[in-house]
Amino acid sequence: MISSLTAENLACARGDKRLFDGLNFRVMAGQALAVEGANGAGKTSLLRMIAGFLAPAAGRILVKAASNESDDAEERGKSIGWLGHQDGLKPQLSVREQFDFFANLYGRKADSAVLEQVGLARQADLPCRYLSAGQKRRLGLARLLASQRPLWLLDEPFAALDTSGQQLVGQLMARHCGAGGIIIAATHEPLGLGNESLKL
Amino acid sequence: MSPFATLLLRDIKLAARSGGGAALALSFFALVATLVPLGVGPDLRLLARMAGGILWVAAVLAALLSLDRLFQGDFEDGSLDMIALSPLPLELTALAKIAAHWLSTGLPLTLLSPLLALLFNLAPPATLILFVSLLIGTPAVSAVGAIGASLTLSLKRGGLLLPLIILPLLSPVVIFGAGAVALSLDGLASVNALGLLAAFSFAALLLSPFAAAASVRLNLGS
Repeated sequence: MISSLTAENLACARGDKRLFDGLNFRVMAGQALAVEGANGAGKTSLLRMIAGFLAPAAGRILVKAASNESDDAEERGKSIGWLGHQDGLKPQLSVREQFDFFANLYGRKADSAVLEQVGLARQADLPCRYLSAGQKRRLGLARLLASQRPLWLLDEPFAALDTSGQQLVGQLMARHCGAGGIIIAATHEPLGLGNESLKL
Repeated sequence: MSPFATLLLRDIKLAARSGGGAALALSFFALVATLVPLGVGPDLRLLARMAGGILWVAAVLAALLSLDRLFQGDFEDGSLDMIALSPLPLELTALAKIAAHWLSTGLPLTLLSPLLALLFNLAPPATLILFVSLLIGTPAVSAVGAIGASLTLSLKRGGLLLPLIILPLLSPVVIFGAGAVALSLDGLASVNALGLLAAFSFAALLLSPFAAAASVRLNLGS
């Protein structure tokens, strides 16, 4: 379990453009951090940097687990549950096939109760090409739950969801933080968790 | 099921369901092999002499048709981000994708080749050598193709660039593969040519997952 994630003097450059500079924050276990900012401010880039896809132009990201503190991106990646901009779904596969694939890929047992939890039990055998944008997002949430990772990186978690879907995301995030997990979410809307926020 | 087997089976399933994988490659292979005898004419000796080269080039081009999607589909829809964060190292991810491509394209092309060899009046011993050479050599096509596919991952029309990158690298495969068939037609032993082909395939399978993984890593950060 991760006890904290710390960003020290972090900078991000895309081509010649410096998106942010000297960024410092710490998120403790059980806490959520909302990353806010205008379009193109670097919210997604920050998440991709934490995930280890993007190397910082300066600074470092430290993850503390038990007594060890490490800035190894590959090691950090093994703790991350990712819900990105895109759904990562294949139109040719059914909801169940897609869910089972990701659960098995992450070395977990595919638990169909998770599909029920996100409201997709009735669509389990439906090919993903027939899902609405909101249902695809719900399947993304199911995948996130199946990964059982302590550090959630969420890019616009409320996008495309109806009111009940947004409430579901809120409940899942509250439960994750309650269980000692960490959430960092790029969002234009409040997370509703009494969380800290970071303006880019 | 292990993460490696999970990814391998999903990619085979996607290739079978998308219609752009094995079926397209097999149709292309069969069409080229049918058209060449029609164009060359009824000179059976000439057709048999050309068979190895034509069928090998047709097999490589057919395999190329689906190679550009090896990583691109997962990259475009965001799956690759999640696969990269899974416990499966990117090197093994690349190897799983190479294996899936070979099983869904290279192997069916190989199995079809004896039938198409009939159109070229290829003698049974030379047909056997053609079959064995494709069996040994097509994994190299998938492996070398994976490097090209990963390099062109984030390019808009990378599929057009892909053949320019990998076809020169695949020339040894075509030379040794077609050469083995020609040697057999001349009544000579093909073992050396097949051995060189196997060595190239082995080296490609050993090195390409590392090269492809490094390139995918670069593209994920782009």
